[in-house]
Amino acid sequence: MNNKPKIKIQNLNLYIGRHHILKNINTEIPEKKVTVILGPSGCGKTTLMKCMNRLTDLYPEIKTNGKIIIDNENILNTKQNISKLRQKMGLLSQRPYPLPMSIYNNISYGLKINNKWKKKEIEKKVEQYLKQVALWDEVKNRLKEPASRLSIGQQQRLCLARGLAVDPEIILADEPTSALDPISSQVIEEKFVELKKDYTIVHVTHILRQAKRIADYVVFMYMGEVIEQGTANEIFENPKKNKTKSYLKGLFY
Amino acid sequence: MSKFKLIEEKFFRVLMFLATCLIAFALCLIIFSILYKGIPSISWEMLTQTPKGGFYFGKEGGILNAIIGSLYLSIGATFLAFIIGLPVALYMNIFLIKHKKLINIIRFFLDLLWGVPSIVYGAFGFTMMIFFGIKTSLLAGIIVVTLFIIPIMVRAIDEVLKTVPIGLLESSLSLGSTKSETAYRVFFKQCIPGIITAVLLSFGRAIGDAASVLFTTGYTDHIPTSLSQPTATLPLSIFFQLTSPIPEVQNRAYASAVVLTVIILIISILSRIFSKKFQKNQINF
Ligand SMILES: Nc1ncnc2c1ncn2[C@@H]1O[C@H](COP(=O)(O)OP(=O)(O)OP(=O)(O)O)[C@@H](O)[C@H]1O
Ligand SMILES: [Mg+2]
Repeated sequence: MNNKPKIKIQNLNLYIGRHHILKNINTEIPEKKVTVILGPSGCGKTTLMKCMNRLTDLYPEIKTNGKIIIDNENILNTKQNISKLRQKMGLLSQRPYPLPMSIYNNISYGLKINNKWKKKEIEKKVEQYLKQVALWDEVKNRLKEPASRLSIGQQQRLCLARGLAVDPEIILADEPTSALDPISSQVIEEKFVELKKDYTIVHVTHILRQAKRIADYVVFMYMGEVIEQGTANEIFENPKKNKTKSYLKGLFY
Repeated sequence: MSKFKLIEEKFFRVLMFLATCLIAFALCLIIFSILYKGIPSISWEMLTQTPKGGFYFGKEGGILNAIIGSLYLSIGATFLAFIIGLPVALYMNIFLIKHKKLINIIRFFLDLLWGVPSIVYGAFGFTMMIFFGIKTSLLAGIIVVTLFIIPIMVRAIDEVLKTVPIGLLESSLSLGSTKSETAYRVFFKQCIPGIITAVLLSFGRAIGDAASVLFTTGYTDHIPTSLSQPTATLPLSIFFQLTSPIPEVQNRAYASAVVLTVIILIISILSRIFSKKFQKNQINF
């Protein structure tokens, strides 16, 4: 990879109880590119994302070893404030979890975490972020309504907007379009391609076509291992490993 | 096979129906007998006056001292227990989430404390009061009742917080908010309706309990004007009137029970209305 890596993962192993879930992961995520993590269901994509965000801390049964280096610091045993660390990374979880408050407050919650905006500015920002995720037109007349009333697809976009509002450097997106129709998916995809100017994006998907549309780099995982990684061109046009070839041919999902 | 299932289904349905009827019947019977004996003895005078001389022998007066005393006591204790209990429950569910064993031990002990009869709390309070040389008073009562309802408060809130999926915790934390922010701005908001129920449950226990206040609040015919004065409570007032040999006084005991029931009813309805207002923001999973 000729780009400067933003995240370096070295010899990462993760165990849940006695199960070895992530097996010796070594990879580098380039700065300001879209890196797609591709792989069949259950291969450990979500778990890998949670590691990068230290959400694994919440589970007593999870043990990790190895290194995840972000900005020259191993975040797996850092003295840094974990909240500060997490602010650097917006995580979109596979299932959207809006906060128990109004649509407007869902976005402003993120804005208020690390910035002291004035009320007027917050209003402008909320509108800006909602427009960015193509949700504004649907909700502009009901901003004070609880977010719980939105449809799942709308919630997914709301969570994306909320994640952007924290102003992260890295976006970890775990199948952010899984509940969206093709048209809205495409809007979000285009958004990601646009966002890579300013953000480092890690995008989990198992939709092959989506991966082809947005990926600069691809990491292919299978059963907790990284099988192959490289630029989108290398992986899609010229896969070297048999597993990758058969996955790309659609022999398994 | 399918015929057996059908019979099984019917059998259990009938069983559940009968159990429900039995409980409903028992409840109705209790409420009916309280109302039947109590309502004829309720008078405006009874609700607005303190006992006059000879009240407990059927003479004039009312139970205003006990009504006010009970409200002071249980509102004070519920408030204190909430102030202490909410942070404890939030701490258990957010900060201790990695220590499942520890949480379970805490839950176990809280459940034990929940089961300890309130007379034991009363006796404990009394011993403490003798030790520190404190007289029977509203304050002593409030402290003992607070101790007595804290396990109830904590466990009831804890049960509500337990239902919050870890995904909500994850998504709030991954925005970079701290655990305390998550506790008070996300978990608390999500659980307000359930927390109101928990407060109500504790309040019900506080206002209805006689044994814990038996030694600690004392008993007086006056409405207390400071925390250091003794106070009457409704359950004790009911107890004293009920043990009287005079039928008129016994009926007044039932009237007092009606008052107690109505207070709890009013508080329940108010909190229902209140919690509806917050329900709309709740995320359903
Ligand atoms: N809390 C847990 N306890 C036990 N096993 C777990 C836990 N979380 C994940 N796993 C296991 O870890 C493996 C990887 O799960 P993960 O959620 O990372 O898969 P994934 O690649 O994201 O799949 P999908 O594409 O379906 O979302 C699975 O085999 C799963 O069963
Ligand atoms: Mg997943």
